[in-house]
Amino acid sequence: MTDKAITYDLADRPVVFTQEQIGWAPWLQPLDESELTDRHWEGLTEASRAKSPYFMLLARDPDILGARTRTDKDIFYNPDAGLPRAERELSAAATSRSNGCIFCASVHARFASTYSKRGEDVQRLLDGGVDVDLGDRWNTLVAASVALTETPSAFGGEQIADLKEAGLDDLAIADLIQSAAFFNWANRLMLSLGEPTPAAG
Amino acid sequence: MSDKSKDVIDQLVGVLPGSALDAVRNGRPTARDNAQKSFEALFAPADAGTVLLEERFAIAYFVAALHKDEAIAAFYKEQLGHHDRNGLIGAISAEIRRGETVGPYGHYPAGPLSAEDKPGLEYQPDPANREVLGRLGAALAHAHFLVFRPRDASPDKLQKLLNAGWSTTDIVTLSQLVAFLAFQIRVVIGLRALAASQQAASVAYATTPISPVAAA
Repeated sequence: MTDKAITYDLADRPVVFTQEQIGWAPWLQPLDESELTDRHWEGLTEASRAKSPYFMLLARDPDILGARTRTDKDIFYNPDAGLPRAERELSAAATSRSNGCIFCASVHARFASTYSKRGEDVQRLLDGGVDVDLGDRWNTLVAASVALTETPSAFGGEQIADLKEAGLDDLAIADLIQSAAFFNWANRLMLSLGEPTPAAG
Repeated sequence: MSDKSKDVIDQLVGVLPGSALDAVRNGRPTARDNAQKSFEALFAPADAGTVLLEERFAIAYFVAALHKDEAIAAFYKEQLGHHDRNGLIGAISAEIRRGETVGPYGHYPAGPLSAEDKPGLEYQPDPANREVLGRLGAALAHAHFLVFRPRDASPDKLQKLLNAGWSTTDIVTLSQLVAFLAFQIRVVIGLRALAASQQAASVAYATTPISPVAAA
């Protein structure tokens, strides 16, 4: 028996980039909590993620979900030197803006605003796109993230030289690379397996 | 820890133990380890379920080659060679030429962002390859969309995969596989550029005369 993709008849679908808290609804059936084995819980990594339809859908292949999540957390949350958290989030938001993931951009633009205290600049990135002027350092970080996001990638020696010129050391450059690269993973899952929904109530 | 001698990103970038780039990668040790574990979960799974290894490597060769990085495409092509059935490599190579383009492009949900819509190639495999590809044909079309125009997403695209004989769980695996490659390929390209700058810096240092006496 063939499964059916799930469709929604939503009023007020999010159709612009926003920093507001929006939702996400899956186009394929997530697992039910009653179906979870130890291997699924291991893949979810945190019990609270059993409440998320996104993670419960990805839990259908638990080993890759677990490895994905551990990769994600070290790239963004490891506080040991490198690029400041705010700028890792800026890279995630710029990558999401470039690929066109309204949901991913909303989450990581919020984080970028929280950690940088530059919410208006972050909003200009969302409203105007990746070519808006955000000052030299942020322009360089956004341009490098966007170059890496192109397919085939346009990232190379020129971007590395610009990042060094902006004051990034090698670990910070690697953080920028991994932040943008990771959102090329996340954007493709979020965009293709479901859709953003309006903020609750 | 995964066996470091098998780390695919290290292999594709050319990271040598004890090098400056090795140290940089060790700055994010959990990400390093789990990027490799992600590769293993997709390409050497404990339980492949109903997505065959030959299907996984066929899609990977297609995706890697669309990113136009020769070393990475050659790696996945070689892996496919270990799992190939008759004619698959040739068919995928032909489909790669058919699918080459530049992204990201695609359409936003109707609204103010429609002004940014950017049309482009909506790839479908060559009907002449229908027999050799089987259900892989639908997977290649989906992979191409994920690589170049993910903002064109719709439930209809998933329904096409379901209709072609991919289960809901298979589609999660396929989506992770293509999305993971979008990450892995960019990490390799980015770190390779960083390594090149480190080598250029150390060569410049090594060739700088140590003192006027040495230079004389």
